[in-house]
Amino acid sequence: MASFTMRSMLSVFLVAALLTPGCRKKETENVIKVGEIGSMTGAEATFGLSTHEGVKLAMDEANAAGGINGKKIEVISIDDQGKPEEAAIAMTKLITQNKVVAVIGEVASSRSLAIAPIAQQYKVPMISPSSTNPKVTQIGNYIFRVCFIDPFQGTVMARFALDTLKVKKLAIFRDVKNDYSVGLADFFKETLLAGGGQVVADQSYSAGDMDFKSQLTAIRTAEPEAVFIPGYYTDVGLIVRQARELGLTVPLLGGDGWDSPKLTEIGGAAMDGTYFSNHYSEEDKSPQVVSFIEKYKKAYGIVPNGISALGYDAAMVLIDALKRTKSSSQEDLRNAIAETKNFVGIGGKITMDENRNPVKPAVVIKVQDGKFRYTATVEPK
Amino acid sequence: MLEFVQHVINGLSLGSIYALVAIGYTMVFGILRLINFAHGEVYMLGAFAGFYVVRWMGFAQNPSLAALLITLVAAMAFCAAAGFCIERLAYKPLRGAPTINVLITAVGVSLFLQYTGQLVFGSDPQFFPPVYQPQAAWEWGELKVNPIQVAILIISTVLMGILQFVLFRTRVGRAMRAVQFNHDLARLMGISTDKIISYTFMFGSALAGAAGVLVGLAYPKIDPLMGVLPGLKSFAAAVLGGIGNVTGAFLGAILLGLAEEFLAAYWSPTYRDALAFAILILILLIKPTGLLGKKQTEKV
Repeated sequence: MASFTMRSMLSVFLVAALLTPGCRKKETENVIKVGEIGSMTGAEATFGLSTHEGVKLAMDEANAAGGINGKKIEVISIDDQGKPEEAAIAMTKLITQNKVVAVIGEVASSRSLAIAPIAQQYKVPMISPSSTNPKVTQIGNYIFRVCFIDPFQGTVMARFALDTLKVKKLAIFRDVKNDYSVGLADFFKETLLAGGGQVVADQSYSAGDMDFKSQLTAIRTAEPEAVFIPGYYTDVGLIVRQARELGLTVPLLGGDGWDSPKLTEIGGAAMDGTYFSNHYSEEDKSPQVVSFIEKYKKAYGIVPNGISALGYDAAMVLIDALKRTKSSSQEDLRNAIAETKNFVGIGGKITMDENRNPVKPAVVIKVQDGKFRYTATVEPK
Repeated sequence: MLEFVQHVINGLSLGSIYALVAIGYTMVFGILRLINFAHGEVYMLGAFAGFYVVRWMGFAQNPSLAALLITLVAAMAFCAAAGFCIERLAYKPLRGAPTINVLITAVGVSLFLQYTGQLVFGSDPQFFPPVYQPQAAWEWGELKVNPIQVAILIISTVLMGILQFVLFRTRVGRAMRAVQFNHDLARLMGISTDKIISYTFMFGSALAGAAGVLVGLAYPKIDPLMGVLPGLKSFAAAVLGGIGNVTGAFLGAILLGLAEEFLAAYWSPTYRDALAFAILILILLIKPTGLLGKKQTEKV
C-alpha cells in the first residue's frame, strides 16, 4: 500500500515536471510580468489597498486596449503587512522567482527605503507611487517615483501658512518613528524660518500611541497660531480630536498622509478647519481627472483618494515606458522611464528630473463638514 | 499649576485603564505562575465586542450612560467567555507541563488572536462610535476636564471595588486565595481547583474587556493590534506593584500612567516608553518583589 502511494505520487511529480516547462514558456512569451508591493493588511492597509486599486485599474485598461505590443501585462501583488522586512522579502521574491520586469511600490518611504537597494542591485526599475522622502530615489538610478518630494510638500504647507493663513507662530507635532513625518517637519521648519515665521513648540509622538494630551497641552501653552502635524491618518484622527478637547482651536495642517476617509471617520467634527497638502483633488475639473474618477467609480463604487490616483499614475508611467521600450533589456526600460516628459497624469503633468523625481504641483485640501474641499494649487518653483 | 493638574487627571485616567488590564495578569500569575501573554488580546476583543454591540443596538444615535453600561456588561461577558475558552483550550491541556511550554503557548495564543483579529475585523483601524457623550468639557479657566476621563476613573474604581469584594468577602474569592496559596492543599480541602482557575480567567478577562470598551470611549480608534503595547505596559505595571498582588497591580498601573504622562509632558515624549520602563527597572532594583509583593522563599 505504502509503495503504491509512493509510486503514484512519483508519477504525478514526473508528469507535472514534464508539463510545467512547456506551459511556462508559452506564458512568458505573451505576458509581461510586473510586480507590486504594498501594505494590504496591517495598520496602514488603506494605503496598500488604494494603491492596488489604482494600479489594477490602469493595468486592466491597458490590457483591454490590447496590452503592450500584443503582450498582456500580469501584475503580481504581494502584501508586506506594512513591515519593511516583509517588503524586502517580497522584492527579492518578485525579482528572483517571478522574474518581473519592474516593480511598483512601496507607498511608505520607510518601506521603499528597505526595498529600493534590492531593486537597484538586480537592476530592476522600481517606481514608488507615493514615497515622498528624498532619500528613496537617491538610492540608485533604477529607482523612480511619481509623487512630489517632502521638501516640496513641507514648503507648500509652510508657504500656505505664511501667505494664505497669514500666521507666523507655528507649532510642529511630528511622528518621531517615521522618516516621512520627520522629513516633512524639518523642511516645513526650514521654509517657515526663512519666510519670517517662528516655531514656538516642536513636540513629537510615536505612531500607535493613544494619548497625545501631554504633548498637546505643552503645545497649547506655547500659544501657536497653527499646528503642523505631518503624520498618518491612523494617528491624526485621534490627535486632532484630543487637540480640540483640550481647547486647541487654531488651524491644524498636515501632509498627504492624512488622505483617507478614515481621517474624518475617526476625527469626526474635530477635523473641521484643518488643511493638508495632497496630490490631487476630486473637485479638480480637468478632463483626465473627471474621466479617472468616473472609471474608478465604475470599477470600485467609491471616489478615489490621492493614493489611488498615484497608484494609477505609477502604473500609467510604467505602461507608457514599456510601450516606448524596443528591446526587452532592463536598461532600455529604465531609460524609457527616465525619459518620461510632460506625461499627463492624474496628479498633474509628470516630467522626470535628473534625480528621477517628477516635477509637479501640489493641492491644498480643506476639511469641512467631513468633506475634502479643494482650496489651492501650489506650483513647483 | 493648572497644567500640572491637567497632567494629573490625564495620567490617572490612563493609569486606571492599565490597572484594569494589569489585574488580569496579576490574578492569573498568582494562581498559575503563568504570564498570560494573550491577555492584551482579550482587551482588544473587549473593544471590538463593544464596537459591535454599539453598532447592533444603535447606541451611536442616542448615546447615554445606560448605553455605556449595557455595552460594558456585554463586552465583559464576551471577554469572560473568551477567557474561559482560552484557558480550557490552550492552557488546561498543559497543566503540569513545564512553565516554559505554557509560556510559549501563551505567546502563540496572543499571535493567533492578533492575526485572526486582522482577518475577521479587518486590519484598518475602526472608529469606536460614541456610546456615551456627555456635554462639553468641564472648565475651570484653562483647566479642561473631559467627563469621559472622570467616567473612566469612576467605572474602573467601582469594578476594582467589586473585585476586592469578591476576593475577600465571598466563597469563590476565598477559594481563589486558597488555590493561590497552595494548589494541592486547596484540593485536599475540597476545592475544585480547575473550576477556580476558570473563574480566575473569567474575572481577569472581564476586567480587560471593560478596559477595552473604556479605551474605545476615550480614544475612539480601535484595531486588532491595539492590545500589544498596553498589554506589555500593564504587565510591567503588575510586576511593578508586585505580581500576584491585586492592590499592587492597581497601584503600579496608576504609577505607570502618571509617570508616562509627566515624562512626556516635562521631559521628552519621544522616550516616554523607555523612561517609564527605566523607572520600573529602578524600582525593581531597589525592591525586587515589587511595591507590595511579599518575599517568597524558594522551596527546595
